[in-house]
Amino acid sequence: MFDDILKAVFGRLTLQDFIHEPIMAGAGIAMVGALVLAIIGITFFKRWKWLWRNWLTSLDPKKIGVMYLIISVIMLLRGLADAMLIRAQQVLNGSTELLNSDHFQQIFSAHGSIMIFFVAMGVIFGIFNLIVPSQIGSRDVAFPFLNSVSFWLFAAGMILINMPMVVGEFSTAGWLAYPPLSGLEYSPGVGVDYWIWSLQIAGIGSLLTGINFFVTIIKMRAPGMSLMKMPIFTWSVLTSVAMIMFAFPVLTATLGLLALDRTLGMHFFTSMAGGNPMMYVNLIWAWGHPEVYILVLPAFGIFSEVVATFSKKRIFGYTSMVVALIAIAILSFTVWLHHFFTMGAGADVNTFFGIMTMVIAIPTGVKVFNWIFTMYRGRVEFKTPMMWFMGFIVTFTLGGLTGVMLSVPAVDFQLHNSLFLVAHFHNMIVGGVLFGAFAGFSYWFPKFTGFTLNETLGKFAFWFWIIGFLLAFVPLYILGFMGATRRLDHYDPSMGWQGLFIVAGLGVALICVGVFFQLFQIAYSIWKRKENLVTNDPWDGRTLEWSIASPPPEYNFAVVPTVTTRDAFWEMKQTKKKATEPEYEDIWLPKNSGAGIIVGLFALLFGTAIIWHMWWLAVVGLIGVTITLIIKLSDDEPDYKLTAAKVAKHEVMLKNAKLKLQEKTV
Amino acid sequence: MTRAEEEVAIHEKKALGFWIYLMTDCVLFATLFATFAVLRNATAGGPGGPELFDLPFVLIETMILLTSSFTIGMALLASLRGLKKQTFVWLFVTFALGVVFLSMELYEFMVLIGEGHGPQQSAFLSAYFTLVATHGIHIAIGLLWMSIVIVRLWRHNFKKTDVNRLALLGLFWHFLDVIWIFIFSFVYLIGGMA
Repeated sequence: MFDDILKAVFGRLTLQDFIHEPIMAGAGIAMVGALVLAIIGITFFKRWKWLWRNWLTSLDPKKIGVMYLIISVIMLLRGLADAMLIRAQQVLNGSTELLNSDHFQQIFSAHGSIMIFFVAMGVIFGIFNLIVPSQIGSRDVAFPFLNSVSFWLFAAGMILINMPMVVGEFSTAGWLAYPPLSGLEYSPGVGVDYWIWSLQIAGIGSLLTGINFFVTIIKMRAPGMSLMKMPIFTWSVLTSVAMIMFAFPVLTATLGLLALDRTLGMHFFTSMAGGNPMMYVNLIWAWGHPEVYILVLPAFGIFSEVVATFSKKRIFGYTSMVVALIAIAILSFTVWLHHFFTMGAGADVNTFFGIMTMVIAIPTGVKVFNWIFTMYRGRVEFKTPMMWFMGFIVTFTLGGLTGVMLSVPAVDFQLHNSLFLVAHFHNMIVGGVLFGAFAGFSYWFPKFTGFTLNETLGKFAFWFWIIGFLLAFVPLYILGFMGATRRLDHYDPSMGWQGLFIVAGLGVALICVGVFFQLFQIAYSIWKRKENLVTNDPWDGRTLEWSIASPPPEYNFAVVPTVTTRDAFWEMKQTKKKATEPEYEDIWLPKNSGAGIIVGLFALLFGTAIIWHMWWLAVVGLIGVTITLIIKLSDDEPDYKLTAAKVAKHEVMLKNAKLKLQEKTV
Repeated sequence: MTRAEEEVAIHEKKALGFWIYLMTDCVLFATLFATFAVLRNATAGGPGGPELFDLPFVLIETMILLTSSFTIGMALLASLRGLKKQTFVWLFVTFALGVVFLSMELYEFMVLIGEGHGPQQSAFLSAYFTLVATHGIHIAIGLLWMSIVIVRLWRHNFKKTDVNRLALLGLFWHFLDVIWIFIFSFVYLIGGMA
């Protein structure tokens, strides 16, 4: 009787689920400890009200962007810790007991899922939020409240994926959880359910972000900014979010089907009753391949801005850049099968997908050459963002060429599932997306803080990163050629692989030093910010975001600019007009709303409840989300008015601050 | 931009955003249709479409849903002309038709499950139940939305924003109708023929 009640209330959760082996327990305690410390700190400094009013309930995309970046940085550290454990295990190769194979599998599954969903996605969404509205001359995104909901769903997913460190276990089925391994029969625990619901909740957030930014870019550009006058970064975001709109519903459906298999005992992907595991693999890659381009296209966009700004030239081949972005976006939906040439679809099918994969190298190559031609005869300044760009060109080309190798089905049969593949996609995602994010971060940092990052420390970070990165992944290419499969927690010493694994481990250690320098750079730059204060345009920029104050006022533009050419701000600077007294107007801005975070909390409850089979709580979560949304969406007055007089006053203040700073630097 | 102009712009953004949401939902259904297409013969020795589907019953269901699409269109037209009474009549009819449709679908499910042909029996049945139930869940959400719109139109006396909401609801309802036509054709008609 008592057991029945317990089961009805807590589902399959028992006290046993809180007990973990030492390493995981340590990580869990550290995580909870940090959280408790943060809460004590906020309470001690009486910052709750400030936090709630200025951040948690804010609908200002610039603030939401910063929150995305904070989560991504924390998740980067988590993913990096996982990477260190993976490499340490492989370096030791069982000579000392570090991780058992179950824990090892949880770690590589978590590493991949976290790095893609909560680091790469987080940083690009953060940069979308921070930059896109001001780059197109807009005051806001199309749906500010939806933006907040997206962010809090992302945050809820982030919490769910870290929860196994405290209660339960994580999936052991890899970052894409192929069935039948991820099915109920072979993974009966809560691990795969954590994976499903974390990604499902965050994924719905991503889909909403996609819709939001698509409408923002289509409908809210400054007057005169036709599509072909948009900055390349905005173009890259437009193509990326268009892909989100087509790809993410497939993820939602696929995760839903896997959840139905696991929770209600259906037979989509089981190996019994007619289920078809390969259908899962097809579906997940029909989302998964576009996903990597969803991540990398914005990085391409960032590099396009960086290389043009620091070469003091307009981007070479603007039109071909745009065409290449669109071509990549379309082609990326036609190559998913190259992830499983070994499925046995036959030579014809494999040939088609092999050729389509090779074709993608053409528009990508166009972009690489365009960036190099932009530098050609430019006055290139090697600031930190430019260093990341140079690193990217090297690693991304390396990864691209190995990608073309893998696109040959016959070669793929040899290299499939090997460390060669692991090295390839790390070259693309770290060298492409992450380096792009780092370049964008140091490039736009002064825009949203008002001071620059320390250059010396930035260069230190870069050199440790790039050397560590090559040391960590070039050995994996060699190991892959020698037949080392991925996800090995030990291997026979007679293979002679340990030396190369040690080099790779050393590489990861150097990357850690690089990350340390990045964190130190941020802390040091904030500490010494008085010495590095800048006005609106520290890099002699080309696009509209550099025309407004750093950090920008909540409304971005007091007067929305009229655009006549590409590189609008650059042209404005060249044709100096007589300063006329601007005419200010009333501006309507969204009121803060706590509904976003409440929706996130209920979604978190819902996810947790489904994972642990606490059905009553799942109903509570679902009703909570519904009612919160109904109440918020019934509000017909979501905006407040900032009067023209107030705008004028604020603008004068900003102008005076700018003049004061300019005097000081002169 | 004046506030009035801005409000028009806001509605335009919402309309475009809602269209795009519908297209993403369309991709979601496309995935489920593809799944059904792959698994349509995976009956694992159990019954298939021809043995299970009661086509005349489904035809009535279809007619009811198609009619409700017509009536919500009439409601929208009436609301745009400011004919309040008519709007409510048409909305109530739509709501009732939606409830009948959903009840018939649930009844169909109950019968199948009662005969031991639940979604756990075979991959074919998993795909069938999931596809049709996903549409049903959308209808249920539509009904909830409709009831809120009705209450708001009543309370706020046809405020512009509420009429706009009704227009979006109409889009949603028509979209579900189109999806149902595909379900009727592919799942029931083609899948139900021996």
